[in-house]
Amino acid sequence: MEETLTRETQTPARARPRGSRDPIGWARANLFNGWFNSLLTILILALLVWIVPPFIRWAISDAVFGAATPDECKAASGACWAVVTEKYRLILFGRYPFEEQWRPLFGIVALVGMALLSCDRRFWGWQLLVIWALGLGIFFVLMGGGVLGLSPVRTNLWGGLPLTLMLAFIGIAAAFPIAILLALGRRSKLPIISALSVGYIELIRGVPLITLLFMGSFMLPLFMPTGVDIDAILRAQVAIIMFAAAYLAEVIRGGLQALPKGQHEAAAALGLGYWQTQGLIILPQALKITIPPIVNTFIGLFKDTSLVAIVSLTDLVLATRQALGDPEWRQFFIEAYLFIMVIYWVFCFFMSKYSQHLERSLATDRRS
Amino acid sequence: MAREGLGQSAATASSGVVWWRNPTIRGVIAQVVVVVLLVAVVWYLVHNTITNLNERSIRTGFSFLDQEAGFAIGEALIAFAPTDTYGRALLVGLLNTLRVSLIGIVLATLLGVVIGIARLSSNWLVAKLASVYVEVTRNIPLLLQLFFWYTIVTQLLPAVREALEPVPGVVLSKSGLQFPIVVGDPTHLPVLGVLALSIVAAFVYRRHAYRRQRETGQEPRLLWPMLAIICLPALAVFLVTGAPLELDVPEFTRFNYRGGASVTPEFLALLLGLSIYTAGFIAEIVRSGILAVPWGQTEAAAALGFRRGLQLRLIVLPQALRIIVPPTTSNYLNLTKNSSLAVAIGYPDLVSVGNTTLNQTGQAIECISIMMAIYLTISLLISAFMNWYNRRIALVER
Repeated sequence: MEETLTRETQTPARARPRGSRDPIGWARANLFNGWFNSLLTILILALLVWIVPPFIRWAISDAVFGAATPDECKAASGACWAVVTEKYRLILFGRYPFEEQWRPLFGIVALVGMALLSCDRRFWGWQLLVIWALGLGIFFVLMGGGVLGLSPVRTNLWGGLPLTLMLAFIGIAAAFPIAILLALGRRSKLPIISALSVGYIELIRGVPLITLLFMGSFMLPLFMPTGVDIDAILRAQVAIIMFAAAYLAEVIRGGLQALPKGQHEAAAALGLGYWQTQGLIILPQALKITIPPIVNTFIGLFKDTSLVAIVSLTDLVLATRQALGDPEWRQFFIEAYLFIMVIYWVFCFFMSKYSQHLERSLATDRRS
Repeated sequence: MAREGLGQSAATASSGVVWWRNPTIRGVIAQVVVVVLLVAVVWYLVHNTITNLNERSIRTGFSFLDQEAGFAIGEALIAFAPTDTYGRALLVGLLNTLRVSLIGIVLATLLGVVIGIARLSSNWLVAKLASVYVEVTRNIPLLLQLFFWYTIVTQLLPAVREALEPVPGVVLSKSGLQFPIVVGDPTHLPVLGVLALSIVAAFVYRRHAYRRQRETGQEPRLLWPMLAIICLPALAVFLVTGAPLELDVPEFTRFNYRGGASVTPEFLALLLGLSIYTAGFIAEIVRSGILAVPWGQTEAAAALGFRRGLQLRLIVLPQALRIIVPPTTSNYLNLTKNSSLAVAIGYPDLVSVGNTTLNQTGQAIECISIMMAIYLTISLLISAFMNWYNRRIALVER
């Protein structure tokens, strides 16, 4: 046994292992490790070869781009992107007066710009309030008109992407203070206040948004004094705010619960009262750690605004369906739906990437 | 009651603090103020509502539920005719909601678990495809997906005459999916009874096998014996009673397929949309749940000699499930609530029927309250059940 422990001759060098930069080595490690994975890879490759080239032929090579008539589209075997060229103004801006459609366009720019500026951490503080007040202010002046020489446009003509963005942004902005109160209320030691908060949050979270929208459009007019007529968009907006507030409150409560008790005790030791403790000590820390889930809530809300189409508000979805009401173009619904799916997808995808990025960059701080 | 939670109470009041600085008293005052404000607002709203209702001469109350509905419902689990009452129409809607939600939950879970595990696959292609699925389905509004599927089903599928028949007997066309069903026979009843008994017996066997494992350390054989216990007696009874198995297969008559069971295109589109959408969320939950179990657990299991399958089944999954169950519950709830989008594509679910009832009777407050109350009850029931299940599998710490 012992003599085998030492060796006189040098071991011959083995060949360098195929590294991850080497395509064959990479494929062997990631695609063909084991018979099962090899089989899966081959099956999926076959599936891709079966699906992808026909799809590309349909979407690009055989497709009709630019302006074309429905007959030219019917003659072609591929996609008819001409439906987007033909209808994009209707899809994006709804029934907003055609010559004035630069206004909703800049309205979109104002809201998106506001959202982009809010992503910058340097502006997290009072600047955020200014940015949102400015963004929403510019949006309403542009959309509504009546000042600065802009002709007034009634809200029943608002539609498309600006409406979708407005419902989501105002929804989250107005729900935010309510949500903070609800979250604090739920954790309050005052029994009536906490019971009311819990009751509200659980009630709203237990019912579908569509029933709230029905409530907004059928019941809200009944609640108002006789003769007061509320705008259809405002009714939906109220329902969306009520809905968002309950979900946001739960997110904020999560942040409040993550803070150690010592923070409360230290604030009390300094002689701070309830509102001073919450405003100066607890909320700044709690809100910071809840920003990523707040962004996620916002993504959900942004998608959920599409439900206003059911109560006949011309948001992006209903505007598209109205555009497809044209019998000439109806059969090209896939192209039109794909167009707005891409719009929704781009917004949601980048917001969720931003939220994941935030989660990583905020996690460097001490959490609990 | 104390606002600061510091145990300051009436004691401090007597020690010279003015009464309006006493946290207990301030708490009481704050609550009284909130209650008074709330009552005032509610009173104002109720007052307006009553005035408005009187003006429009709408009668309140639930007596309309006994009136004749007068509309037909495309698909119903229980018999429904236009001469039936609104109450029965709402019940039909509720059953339709439950049907699509239950099937949707099962499908979404199956699809979600497969995709969640696929995202963790060591096969690059499988993992990439799964993450494309998740990123696409989660970032497009469900309503849009529903419209998309519904239009595909009703416009791109062939007409009934040229219906697709992927498997003989299963017919897919513009007018929905039709598939064969077994024709009921009185002798099926004892077969089902025996089957139920055998399932109980199989679980008794499993308990027995586990007890023996604890006592002797013998690894129990479970799969084949349990399958045998479940299947063989029922099969025997089935054969003894003469194996009456008759399939009702859809057949093409002059204009239409007759026979078999069928689901409407609305149901198909809703089920497809709900399952595909929710599966994306469940996949993410499954993935993060499995990732949350420390790698050391797998290594320790391997060191103890567990096979790969057993490592997953006995070590990783029980721990991952604790993380997976709570968020999955809320996704089941979401799916049930999202089934209300049926109203957009015309599947007669609770909201759809409720909406029709509302428009016909004008009883907005009553109809919306009924819908909300039912959804709230479903939500509370599902979360109660899942809390019970969650407690059962939760970590028992010493």
